[in-house]
Amino acid sequence: MKVLVPVKRVVDYNVKVRVKPDKTGVDLANVKMSVNPFCEIAIEEAVRMKEAGKVTEVVAIAVGPTACQEQLRTCLALGADRAILVQTDHDVQPLGVARALQALQAREQASIVIFGKQSIDGDNSQTGQMFAALTGMPQATFASKVEVQDGALQVTREIDGGLQTISVTLPAVVTTDLRLNEPRYASLPNIMKAKKKPLDTVTAEELGVDLAPTVKVLSVEPPAERQGGIKVENVDALVDKLKNEAKVI
Amino acid sequence: MGILVIAEHDNSELKPATRVAISAAAKIGGDIDVLVAGAGCAAVGAAAAAVPGVRKVLVADNAVYAHDLAENLALLAADLGKGYSHVLTAHTTHGRNYLPRVAALLGVAQISDIVEVVSADTFKRPIYAGNAIATVQSTDTIKVVSVRGTAYDPAPASGGSGTIETVTAIHDAGTSRFIKEEVVKSERPELTAARVVISGGRGMQNGDNFKLLDGIADKLGAAIGASRAAVDAGFVPNDMQVGQTGKIVAPELYVAVGISGAIQHLAGMKDSKVIVAINKDSDAPIFQVADYGLVADLFQALPELEAKL
Repeated sequence: MKVLVPVKRVVDYNVKVRVKPDKTGVDLANVKMSVNPFCEIAIEEAVRMKEAGKVTEVVAIAVGPTACQEQLRTCLALGADRAILVQTDHDVQPLGVARALQALQAREQASIVIFGKQSIDGDNSQTGQMFAALTGMPQATFASKVEVQDGALQVTREIDGGLQTISVTLPAVVTTDLRLNEPRYASLPNIMKAKKKPLDTVTAEELGVDLAPTVKVLSVEPPAERQGGIKVENVDALVDKLKNEAKVI
Repeated sequence: MGILVIAEHDNSELKPATRVAISAAAKIGGDIDVLVAGAGCAAVGAAAAAVPGVRKVLVADNAVYAHDLAENLALLAADLGKGYSHVLTAHTTHGRNYLPRVAALLGVAQISDIVEVVSADTFKRPIYAGNAIATVQSTDTIKVVSVRGTAYDPAPASGGSGTIETVTAIHDAGTSRFIKEEVVKSERPELTAARVVISGGRGMQNGDNFKLLDGIADKLGAAIGASRAAVDAGFVPNDMQVGQTGKIVAPELYVAVGISGAIQHLAGMKDSKVIVAINKDSDAPIFQVADYGLVADLFQALPELEAKL
């Protein structure tokens, strides 16, 4: 069985992003880029499935500019067997990515496709579900536990107020929540080995996929700043302020 | 063309987040219909029809819609959604699960987690964990939109007189099966709907110490939340997490205890009306957004606060 793991190149989660003065977007010049943290969890889960003997091959995929090769190499160092870059200079949006992945899935015929539940830049939380719809696969989103069974996955999902367990037939889509696993760090020998693993590039045109966005970004602005208030001396003063000034208790 | 709002419910109650989506639909303008899909959900249909502004409620009552399986619900919603200019739902774990599937089946983009309707095709939404607000315009024929639970006040629960129509279409993809659900039954209000929220962070040191919040929450009728640090450390379950990757809340009063104020946490609570921070580190970033800050050891301050409320 083969697992595909689509990953996204995003601004590193430790970077404090700044909006460009002309309001066209956030400033990405000279900013550290990384694998989206939820996608790292997805890679980890796929590699663990392989280590457990449940699957035979893990393929990492990115859709974006040539620079995404850097993140794909990271995935190879984390244990993916090979990688594919769908090269495009378009500003990619979830539906376009899902269509590109649909075209790749037609070639790869994977049994399991694991996505991060959302990217930390766009915060859309759409691509996995859209891919599942386009390919007619069932989906198990926001997974906190995945068990590979005969022809199916049993997945525990994080939902509002608790947990839900569902079973989906293979091939299936999984999207990862935070607590599915704790991703490993790439060791130096594995980083060296990753340089020799195959990384293929195809263009969106070769796949016959139109990645033109249908959602236009008109402007990007910083959020309204919240003004800090005062410090109170003690609990008495706090209770007094809440009762008599803010009138919320 | 009209707007279709897909309801979130548990087969007996309409969730308040749906009424927020109805408020957003009213801002867009046009006839508002509500889809209630479930099993034994007639009461929810009636509740939706009572929301002012709702023209018609479409009730699809069948076992295949019992457990919100995304595959079946998306097929139904996409089928019905074709006749509308907008398809809306709440940006909860429920809505986030199936709505992108609906959009993909309709062949259109989705606009997630909007906080403001600018016009019928233009919306504001946070990106980068709320560190930037994007104004986006959809060029698709059908706008598929999920609405943040704090974007608008919920539409009133009563006063409307929508008609109720039965939908007989049965969509069963046959690829997914519900096994079980473990929903924590709590006497406390739901995090996203609570008037007061009190949250603990890494400073709580362990899960047992979260009991220190119980007495205060009881007195204030508050829901209890947590920062991602506290969740990651295993103190409390993930569904208590307030933040960009957890719940977004905007209560009247938010009390942050032992929470440093990471960007990811602020993104989930900075729209609260009044914010109180209790932290022993006077330089913690949480104090920059708190209306009232108390620099104190929480293990002393919490029992004292409970006693004085």
